[in-house]
Amino acid sequence: MPGGETPRRGGRPVFLARASYRRRRLHDAARLAPLAAGFLWTLPLLWPRGSTPVSTVLVYLFATWGVSVLVSVLLARALRRADAEAGVQEEG
Amino acid sequence: MLGFNALVGIALFYVAFLFGVAFAAERRAAQGHDSWLRSPWIYTLSLSIYCTAWTFYGAVGYAARSGLEYLTIYLGPSLVMLGWWWLLRKLVRVGRAQRITSIADLISSRYGKSTLLGVIVTLLAVIGVTPYIALQLQSIAQSLDVFAGPEDAALGGSSVALWSAIGLALFTILFGTRNLDANERHHGIVMAIAVEAVVKLGALLAVGVFVVWDLGGGPAQMLARIDASPIAAWDQQSGRWIGFTLLSAAALLCLPRMFQVLVVENADEAHLGTASWAFPLYLALMSLFVVPIAVMGLERLPEANPDMFVLTLPLDAGRDGLAAWAFLGGFSSAASMVMVATIALATMVSNHIVVPLWLHARSQGAVMSGDVRAMVLTSRRLSILGVLGLGYLYFHLSGGGAALASIGLVAFVGVVQVLPAMLGGLFWRGATRGGAAAGLVLGFAVWLWAMFLPSVGDGTAIPASVMAQGPFGLGWLRPQALFGTGGLDPVLHAAMWSLTLNAAAFVAVSLASFPGPVERLQGAQFVGVFDVSGGPGGWSRGAADAETLLVMAQRIIGAAQAQALFARAAAAQGRAGALPEVTPNFIRALERDLAGSVGAATAHAMIGQMTEGASVTVEDLIAVADETAQIVEYSGRLEQKSAELERTAGALREANAKLTALSVQKDGFLSQVSHELRTPMTSIRAFAEILREGGLEPRDQARFAAIIGDEAGRLTRLLDDLLDLSVLEAGQGRLDLRRVRLGEVIDRAVAAALPDPGGLRLLRDPQAETVQIETDPDRLAQVFINLIANARKYCDAGRPELRIVWHPALGAVDFIDNGPGIPADHGRVIFEKFSRLGDPGRAGGAGLGLAICREIMTRLGGAVRFLPGPGGATFRVELPRAVSPLAIDQPEAV
Repeated sequence: MPGGETPRRGGRPVFLARASYRRRRLHDAARLAPLAAGFLWTLPLLWPRGSTPVSTVLVYLFATWGVSVLVSVLLARALRRADAEAGVQEEG
Repeated sequence: MLGFNALVGIALFYVAFLFGVAFAAERRAAQGHDSWLRSPWIYTLSLSIYCTAWTFYGAVGYAARSGLEYLTIYLGPSLVMLGWWWLLRKLVRVGRAQRITSIADLISSRYGKSTLLGVIVTLLAVIGVTPYIALQLQSIAQSLDVFAGPEDAALGGSSVALWSAIGLALFTILFGTRNLDANERHHGIVMAIAVEAVVKLGALLAVGVFVVWDLGGGPAQMLARIDASPIAAWDQQSGRWIGFTLLSAAALLCLPRMFQVLVVENADEAHLGTASWAFPLYLALMSLFVVPIAVMGLERLPEANPDMFVLTLPLDAGRDGLAAWAFLGGFSSAASMVMVATIALATMVSNHIVVPLWLHARSQGAVMSGDVRAMVLTSRRLSILGVLGLGYLYFHLSGGGAALASIGLVAFVGVVQVLPAMLGGLFWRGATRGGAAAGLVLGFAVWLWAMFLPSVGDGTAIPASVMAQGPFGLGWLRPQALFGTGGLDPVLHAAMWSLTLNAAAFVAVSLASFPGPVERLQGAQFVGVFDVSGGPGGWSRGAADAETLLVMAQRIIGAAQAQALFARAAAAQGRAGALPEVTPNFIRALERDLAGSVGAATAHAMIGQMTEGASVTVEDLIAVADETAQIVEYSGRLEQKSAELERTAGALREANAKLTALSVQKDGFLSQVSHELRTPMTSIRAFAEILREGGLEPRDQARFAAIIGDEAGRLTRLLDDLLDLSVLEAGQGRLDLRRVRLGEVIDRAVAAALPDPGGLRLLRDPQAETVQIETDPDRLAQVFINLIANARKYCDAGRPELRIVWHPALGAVDFIDNGPGIPADHGRVIFEKFSRLGDPGRAGGAGLGLAICREIMTRLGGAVRFLPGPGGATFRVELPRAVSPLAIDQPEAV
């Protein structure tokens, strides 16, 4: 029987090299970042009204804002490095 | 206290400084020193036009009235920037790939370069954004008013707004219409905006630091003051919090001015990565001190307008310098917003309304109609004046009252109507022009009815009776209680219903309608922008020749640029120095370059006029190509499956053929064997019966017995051969490998095959035959015996000869006789069992000799072949390659 190879056409490869795998997971992280931030920024809506001091909410929101910026700095840097290494601009 | 006139002087000085900055930036860019103008930091700072005077002054007022809710206006855009990988990356890529000039151009281009959609989005933007521009003018007037003493009261806010509008129009025309091509950035404006971004952030931070540390006594005390203030209670409505966050997130994408700086002025996609964190940081800093300022203002100036706390707090404390800085910050916020919004709107109005109308009016086409470039620039300048004029008019008519304060959110909801068409266009190939138009129009109508008209003022645009009872007494159509949902917050109510109905109409009509070819092609290009590398669909070799196209291009993008473009295209076609050939690719590239100046729809229409008629057939072609593109994926899968099936079927067929062949061979072999056995058996039986009957002469008796003996001998040989063959074929039997001289083996074979040396003359090369080989000498001799015997039997030349030649390089021995040879087509069958050429009786064998030879050589790892060609029959015995080195390295044997 000729040729035992699995045809690749039309599908994505099942296995990736380690570097490409890491890059894809970075893309996933970049996609998840706004969802995480959105969760954090709606969380105070679940805190008891009236009894929660507004200063607490204020400090919490700006603290999470700062964390989001920090995470985003790291992500952007990692993404730029990964894409530069891969030398491509592909859709993840 | 800082005088009004001094402040005007400072403002004018600041404006002059901005002029200088813009001029310097343009100069440096013109000299090619624009690398730092293209840095991600400038890009991020230019995004700061999101923070208008409405946020600079208004956020504090908002916080003083509604607590932390103002944060939603900043949190939404932060979410979009943090999630740049989802959407902005694609938007910017599409914008650059398609040379999009505005958000109207994006929608128009995506839905088949539709002029209609361009017009709809342009109108929507003008109606939505003009009040917003009015708001900026009002803020400038209002902030100046704070500084005005009683003696300045004569200077009405209206005249301040008018002069501001004129100044801004001048600035915008000067730096915003220097060139047409959207891909050449507005360096002057962007640089001025960046400076203003720093000024306004610095101002707000300075006021914040002053409030927290000088007035408030440090952060800890400030937090305590906040908790003691009127906005201390955390009682945020969840709906408004989430709704406003989403709304402002959508506004960041849909506001024409934001689209301008985010997408159109983007110089490098990588800048998005930096802006993804730097812009949220900017927004966080902008909003950091809003609550302290608001709380301190409420505490110290309870009677004052909260919107002006940023100015009045420093003034109240006698910090005139700080107040002036804050004023410049607010002025910067207003000015930068107005400039970019005006450019964005003017580009849209010019590209999607004025130029198409003008083209339409001149039916003879773009070629004969004068200088298009000058005309487009003029139309853009007039549009700038028109937009600012409208803004001023709106401000003047509305009286600059409190009604304007809510206009920010009203404008947000208005422009956000583009969102469904935009997202659908980027991610859904099924979105159609009809769907987009239906959604936009319906959403726009609902927004007008439920939000815009009521916002103009109570009872002015919509009578109070209609507000209360609905039009014609239809209660379910009440502007702020559509379908009986009166319990909702009015802003949320309008946003919810307009976007819901918009999206529903968009999806429903898209599902039901069928897109045109250009539309589908553009859809594929937009949705698959990361996969597709080719340009948008184009034109066939049309009627236009290169000269005509050059003339037109010069009129739109300028002579030097057009000539450079054509020269590049010619060089790429290998025709440097001449005009390029008008290929579809060339026309497509040209159209895209023109689109950078006048928008996709207009460029398409212009090229359409030039290549008149061609577009119809081309669209058909595109349709075919598009169909093909769509089914390629599907057929690819089918192909893969069918190829798999085919392979399986092929393998089965092959196996079946092998089995059939084997069975045929077996049958053939059995019948051959029985035939071969039968011939001698028949004569043995016959003669044996004759002998049994007796009465024979002794001489005959002896003769018949001899015949029986011969035939029995032949049978025995046949059976020996068969046995030999079956042992060889089964791979049984041991090989006795030894090193031996080749000549020795040939000697043995000659002795066995030619007992009487008379018949066949042998020509040998004894010296060459001294090579040592490793083999089974008995088996190899058997092969040689067969070949020599065959030569003796079949060579019927007058003086039969057999040459035995050793080829050291090949590791092969040739046996060449001088007979008539064997026809080439027989060469294939002679190694088959029982094959005999010509007269069977002459061979005296069973026809198994060569078959056995072949089996032996296969077992020894070599081969025996018949070499076709002129001259006598030639058989080549190839010894296994492994023995060749042995054969070669024997010079001492010579």
